[in-house]
Amino acid sequence: MSAAFMNTPSTAPAAPLHQPSPGLWMLAWRRLKHDKVGMVSLAVVIIFLLMMVGSYTGLIAKNWSKEAGVSYANPSFMAGAENLEAVRTKADPNAIKIEPVDLSDIDPLAPRYKEWAERTAKIKTTETPRAETLPFGGDKWGRDVLQKAIKGAETSIFVGLFAALFAVFIGTTLGAISGYMGGKIGDLLEWFYNVFTSIPYILLILAFAAVFASSPQLAAYKGVPMVVAILAFTGWTGIYRLIRSEYIKHASREYVKAAQAIGASNSRRMFVHILPNVSHVCLVQLSQHVVQFIKAEVILSYLGLGVPVDSVSWGTMLAEAQSELVIGKWWQLAAAGISMAILVTAFSMLTDSLRDALDPKIK
Amino acid sequence: MGAYVLRRLWQMIPTLAGVMLLIFVLFNWVGGDPALVLAGKITNKDQIENIRKQLGVDQPAYVQLGYFAFEVATGFTCTWKSYTDKAEPPKLDAKTPGSAADSATKAKANSGCQAVRSWATNEEVPKILTTRITPTLTIMIPVLILETLLGVILAIGVAYARGTLTDRMIMMICTVAMSVSFLVYIIVAQYIFGFQLGWFPVQGWSDSFWKNITYYAPLPIALAVFVGLAPALRLYRSFFLDEINNEYVRTARAKGVPEKTVMMKHVLRNAMIPILTNIGIALPGIFVGSFLLETFFSIPGLGREILVAVNRSDFPVIKAATVYLAMVTMIINLLVDVLYKAVDPRVTFK
Repeated sequence: MSAAFMNTPSTAPAAPLHQPSPGLWMLAWRRLKHDKVGMVSLAVVIIFLLMMVGSYTGLIAKNWSKEAGVSYANPSFMAGAENLEAVRTKADPNAIKIEPVDLSDIDPLAPRYKEWAERTAKIKTTETPRAETLPFGGDKWGRDVLQKAIKGAETSIFVGLFAALFAVFIGTTLGAISGYMGGKIGDLLEWFYNVFTSIPYILLILAFAAVFASSPQLAAYKGVPMVVAILAFTGWTGIYRLIRSEYIKHASREYVKAAQAIGASNSRRMFVHILPNVSHVCLVQLSQHVVQFIKAEVILSYLGLGVPVDSVSWGTMLAEAQSELVIGKWWQLAAAGISMAILVTAFSMLTDSLRDALDPKIK
Repeated sequence: MGAYVLRRLWQMIPTLAGVMLLIFVLFNWVGGDPALVLAGKITNKDQIENIRKQLGVDQPAYVQLGYFAFEVATGFTCTWKSYTDKAEPPKLDAKTPGSAADSATKAKANSGCQAVRSWATNEEVPKILTTRITPTLTIMIPVLILETLLGVILAIGVAYARGTLTDRMIMMICTVAMSVSFLVYIIVAQYIFGFQLGWFPVQGWSDSFWKNITYYAPLPIALAVFVGLAPALRLYRSFFLDEINNEYVRTARAKGVPEKTVMMKHVLRNAMIPILTNIGIALPGIFVGSFLLETFFSIPGLGREILVAVNRSDFPVIKAATVYLAMVTMIINLLVDVLYKAVDPRVTFK
């Protein structure tokens, strides 16, 4: 009605009496604004997301793969600590100086050594000065752990976010069709759901990982896209269940009947009329699954089933950290573990706050 | 009751067929040509053709599906090929003709049945599954029991102190504890308690059950319980709080029942129903749930075996494990539903 009024050009400026009542999202935002824990976690999550974008576009942590420091460089705040590994690499040039045994009479390559030495001399090698300490220490190759953690965050959050988006998309679409249509299609999708849930979740992930990794057609997508696909194809079931029950509930409501009466098609009723009314469920599920998938990605990458060795994620960092800890280099473990813990804590708390804010029953 | 169980068993058939279909599609199509996966770096066309024949992947899809169904039905102890062509000796194992092992396999081939074998180790798949299950259960059964007991006891305490600072602090700690990766806990605990302090062995396993449970298993078990406790505590607390707000609790308080009795008798009994549901959901997970612990602590369990199989593209092992664990999951779910009746008399079987 109010829309009809506004469309008539001759009416006077809208009277203040006709102020539209705030919608679900506006009310939820107002509720969330009063939730201090929720706002702080939202801020932390946004900082991490900005960091991800920054590192993706190369604004920060661009040089994460540069070997800036000595091997296992100490963190700046404990510069005095002994670093046996770096001492060992430094000692190497001296070791070479030991006079080699003269093999020139039996060495078939001996006549060409001089020529090669000349050619090597022509190529310029720049020996980058290696720092003794790095802000949060260095890894085995002297890469800055702090930058690595930022880059690792990018990979892990990217995987978590996109896998969750993908899983929510699959779950919502199938759930909507199953819940709204019911009947034979509903039964078919229920069967599909039962098949997926009767296999233990971990086993399902591992089976998909095994199959995807050995597939020659999918070899081009190895790495991040494959992890996203594995997590999404195995993780949609919970979302499907929730969305389905929501659709069953909504399908018989009056506003949907009214939409039918004015001639809205099935797909229009499903995705234009009902979907906005269940979108809060999708959002909470999205947030919850990002957390779940970030954790899963870390474990998959640790096991070597996730991102490839040449890229870095929190999981690959933890894989390196395990052996480093034995020689007393704890900073990579701390960097990956703490940054992940902060993000996941913030994300879980944000999920709780979102649920509280979006659930109209709790006031 | 009997009719209910029968109907549930009947309903399992399409689901199980679906699981088999899913596995078949995944491993025979999505995963690429199984013959090429098994052949690895072999490029000789004849050899690959031979492998293809051995595996039966030269047949149309529905025949292959039939082979797979036959293997599942016989518990992977008998391949269709070995069952039908008794004359043909198994080519995959015949590496050293004339040896004792070879004559043994020949004798077996003549008897008809050949178990499905691992592509990587040539070990019989049913044997792999049955021998690896014991270490896994040695870890996971104590974990499940301890986690449930500790979770329920702590959750009663926290629910009793609901709304206080202690309650909020514990919930806060739980959220933070849940956000640290399981990997970090294992790495740090193995380093501190195994490597530095030497209270527990860093890793290992033995043949004696007693030594395993007293010497090798305590650290992995403690870790799993510690990590599982935070989510369990949060969940069980919410179950208790749901019950505490019920009318019957108010009635009990109004007629003067002491708070302790209200909590231990009225609330606990009712909260046990959702708790049991939760245990029922977690129960199938005990078969592979400890795969990370098994990897870190070198425990020869099912989870580690599956992980190794994934890394080696050892499809028969993964296929068998998936089908059987899916069956076990379905049966456990049925048992849990039947057990409900015992716990909650209001439940009626539809």
